[in-house]
Amino acid sequence: MTRPVRGLTLKGDVSFAKNLAVDQNGAVSSNNASGMGADTQLSTVSTFSEFGSLLFEVPTELEFVGNQEDQSLVSDLNLDLIVNAIAAGREEPDFLTRYLYHQLHDGHVMYYRQEIFRDLEDGILLEALEHFAQKIHQVRVHAEQIEKMQYRHQQEGWFLDEIAIYCEAVTSLAGHLGICNIRSKGLSSFREYLSKYVASAAFTSLDAETRNLEKALGAIKYSVRIKGLKVEVRRYDGELDYSFEIEKTFERFQQGSVKDYKVNFRGWPGMNHVGAQIVGLLARLFSDEFSALDDYCRRHAGFFDENIRRFDRELQFYIAYLEFIKPLRLAGLEFCYPEISEESKEIFAIDTFDLALANKLVSERATVILNEFHLEEAERVLVISGPNQGGKTTFARTFGQLHHFASIGCPVPGSAARLFLFDKIFTHFEREEDLANMSGKLENDLVRIRGVLEEATTNSIVIMNEIFTSTTLYDARFLGTKIMERVIDLDLLCVYVTFIDEIASLGKTIVSMKSTIIPENPAERTYKVVRGPADGLAYALAIAEKHNLTYERMRRRIAR
Amino acid sequence: MKAHLLYTQQDFNFASELPPNHEDLTQDLELSTLFESMAQGDKFLLEVSKRVVFASLKDPEVIIYRQHILADCIAYPKMAREIYDIAVMSAQGKRGLWGHTSSHFPSSILSGAVRELEMFVGLLKQLRGLADSFADKVHSEGFGTLFRSLQTDLDDDYFVVIDRHLKQLRFQDGVLMSSELNKDNSGINYVLRSPWDTKLSWKERIGIGSRSSYSFTIPPRDEAGANALSDLTSRGINIVANAAAQSADHIESYFSMLRSELGFYVGSLNLRDQLQVKGEPTCFPIPAAWNKPELTFSDLRDVSLALRSDNRIVGNEADARGKMLVIITGANSGGKSTFLRSVGMAQLMMQCGMFVAAESYRASVSNGIFTHFVREEDSSMRSGRLDEELSRMSVITDLLTSHSIVLFNESFAATNEREGSEIARQIVRALVDADIKVFFVTHQFDFAESFRGEQRRDFALFLRAERDADGRRNFKLVKREPLPTSYGEDLYKKVFLVSSNSS
Repeated sequence: MTRPVRGLTLKGDVSFAKNLAVDQNGAVSSNNASGMGADTQLSTVSTFSEFGSLLFEVPTELEFVGNQEDQSLVSDLNLDLIVNAIAAGREEPDFLTRYLYHQLHDGHVMYYRQEIFRDLEDGILLEALEHFAQKIHQVRVHAEQIEKMQYRHQQEGWFLDEIAIYCEAVTSLAGHLGICNIRSKGLSSFREYLSKYVASAAFTSLDAETRNLEKALGAIKYSVRIKGLKVEVRRYDGELDYSFEIEKTFERFQQGSVKDYKVNFRGWPGMNHVGAQIVGLLARLFSDEFSALDDYCRRHAGFFDENIRRFDRELQFYIAYLEFIKPLRLAGLEFCYPEISEESKEIFAIDTFDLALANKLVSERATVILNEFHLEEAERVLVISGPNQGGKTTFARTFGQLHHFASIGCPVPGSAARLFLFDKIFTHFEREEDLANMSGKLENDLVRIRGVLEEATTNSIVIMNEIFTSTTLYDARFLGTKIMERVIDLDLLCVYVTFIDEIASLGKTIVSMKSTIIPENPAERTYKVVRGPADGLAYALAIAEKHNLTYERMRRRIAR
Repeated sequence: MKAHLLYTQQDFNFASELPPNHEDLTQDLELSTLFESMAQGDKFLLEVSKRVVFASLKDPEVIIYRQHILADCIAYPKMAREIYDIAVMSAQGKRGLWGHTSSHFPSSILSGAVRELEMFVGLLKQLRGLADSFADKVHSEGFGTLFRSLQTDLDDDYFVVIDRHLKQLRFQDGVLMSSELNKDNSGINYVLRSPWDTKLSWKERIGIGSRSSYSFTIPPRDEAGANALSDLTSRGINIVANAAAQSADHIESYFSMLRSELGFYVGSLNLRDQLQVKGEPTCFPIPAAWNKPELTFSDLRDVSLALRSDNRIVGNEADARGKMLVIITGANSGGKSTFLRSVGMAQLMMQCGMFVAAESYRASVSNGIFTHFVREEDSSMRSGRLDEELSRMSVITDLLTSHSIVLFNESFAATNEREGSEIARQIVRALVDADIKVFFVTHQFDFAESFRGEQRRDFALFLRAERDADGRRNFKLVKREPLPTSYGEDLYKKVFLVSSNSS
């Protein structure tokens, strides 16, 4: 399992971390092959029980070979927009992306994750975990920096800081987990592991030693005098601040705001040999502090616990998703933990919405319209019709997104939901760019739809959006009816968006829904899709209303 | 010291955003030609011209302030261009001094700042020379104030003082600074210390007691080491170098503002030269307050068309005093768009303080000029075009305030006439009722006709593009009411009749 990914190589005589290796999860462990300092290292092989996984009740390694997700599903449902928004800016976007696309077909795992999400609804716990994750991230960044550093004293100082951050993160998390109300199997098991780890003698002494050493080094203050090529180092002796005097002299020029010419200096990771020589002299001026540091680094090379590392990595899945839905919740939108129905297709969702659209609207401070659906008894198919720009496509996407995110164990948009444990989701959306080649397109469409209907089982979900819009009404009605008959035969769950009213009344397993209008003001689009018989409506003035460009509304807009 | 050539008491903000509708204005009024003529290939002038033209003035007094300065420039073009050249030299001089303006070395920032300050002194003296020669000749308040401030504020002693302080910053005795340890054990918190305060303890001086200092010397050939030392030194003089460089910047920004503000007038001179070559008339427009909508002009030209055309172009005249709505109908290629552009452009030129291309022009100063022109490239997608037009209108509506002007060109015709007219009617009524002046070029008779029986008398002015008896257009609009048909038919005949068999 353990293979060296980034061995630290150090110049100079000390190789305190030379044998560090990283296993494939990224956890640092020690490789004792050379035998250096092996007896004093804090072992990562714990004497207490190992922690399993936050993502699977029975730890499962997913084998991912390339991109397995269905690309048309991803783009039709705008899953890519959502997944990218969740994973963007995260440390391991690829890891997250894989799990965010990987649909589960096992209700137990979905509930295992739902339980953990429920625990994280506790803001204090979530905040503690987020803090922990940030700190562990810093630890990793430090380790990367150390590899790039060339000078011993520099690496040692950085290593001390790395462990200080680690100790703080672990201690603080253990404290918080101790007082939080945890119900999930996943988090309880980790809490148990962590409390034992923090109480271990190895960890407590590491923590204490780290603090003492930091304090001692922080107290050092010295002076450097440079003349020509000569550098002199001594203890600081209270000399006056000269920049302050000069600044006073030039004060009269300061008026208005101008560019800041102060150069932004950084001491790391590019400490040069002059800096290293200076620290070398300081190590002689302050020999107690520096030899203690040497010793410390030799003894603590393998400090990072492997179980904690894996926990941190898997935790990102939860934190990333919760962080993504946080602004939506703040905007008043609800998320719920769906019941997963393995047998019955009597599904529903209340106060639900399109996650991708809501993410955009909330960032623009616009209102998100909520929708709902429910299928009872033999009902299987939702046929959506009604005016354009009335929210039909959005509704279809919402249906698919709900099932996808339920299947990866996440809370989904809505105040309550029961969703079906499907084996696969199929989508077929009309694409604008297809319009150029209309003759070839119809045939292509039919080939693809035939493929879908052949592959789909009675446990599949099929979502079709505005197909056949570019053909004649007669053809569209004929083909739509034929396809709907196949869908009804398969008894599968289906959402079918169409401009052909007749499709909505082809059978009693069909529920007709439509994008709505307000009776007294037909131009006002509600973006609400509700049950009701199909009736086609589209007016040019309705578009004017949509843009708020009628006389009354313009008067109000300009009068502001 | 301030230039204040665009406003009496404030700088022009060249960093501010262009108005959100500037791209529409540029495209619809074909302003690129205007800007290019002002710039004459100079990218800086192009940018300045754009910014000043788009930042329309709303106060007739400021317009007059600029008109007077421009009048001085027209009377003494050599003076204006010489001052401008000095300001340009300050920028060129700075580039010459600093190979790279943002150095990472405080020592070069410091020495660069000193050289820069010396260069600026020379140019300021030239500037004062010009002030001495022209102070008595100019008439405008703007130039008067500028020249007086150059004569009184520029005190020679000012720079003598600077020199003395800069000499102290050569650090002949080395640099002393204190420091602490960063987390990686490199130095942080460098503070420059007064070198003459250091003293050896008596024990050290006679060589007893524990050593309290260690030293080393960089070998002469260790270039990297020498660089590292200068880097350390740099940390010490960082703040001092900053103070000197900022002082130089203050003087530079004065020149820069002078160059930008005067740049507008130089651009105006360039444009005027071009129009004179073409024989086009120019005049200073008379800006009026809005309270009663004013608009009268004679021989008004479309500047962009005039600059691009080899032939003399036809001017228009109109008396739209008190009119809130001007509806332009009539023959295709009859000069309707040209008329619309010429009105929009004249209004923009007036409101930035420039002359206009007309025999005379008198108009109320608006709160903003907006255009809504049909965009031909959008005609492909299904119902998207009307939606696109309305969405653009909606964006404009959010920007509108009363006393604005909106120019429509064939808008809202992407649906049938009944619907298109209704949409246009509601929008135009809402605008006019909000005290916004509307110019509307349209083929939609139903729309145009509906404003004819308006109760408020003389509320609308109707202009029509006419054709001569022989069917050719003379591009001059006349005051005439809309006709139920347009002249699309004859264009159609001209274009399609030959190939009608193939369709």
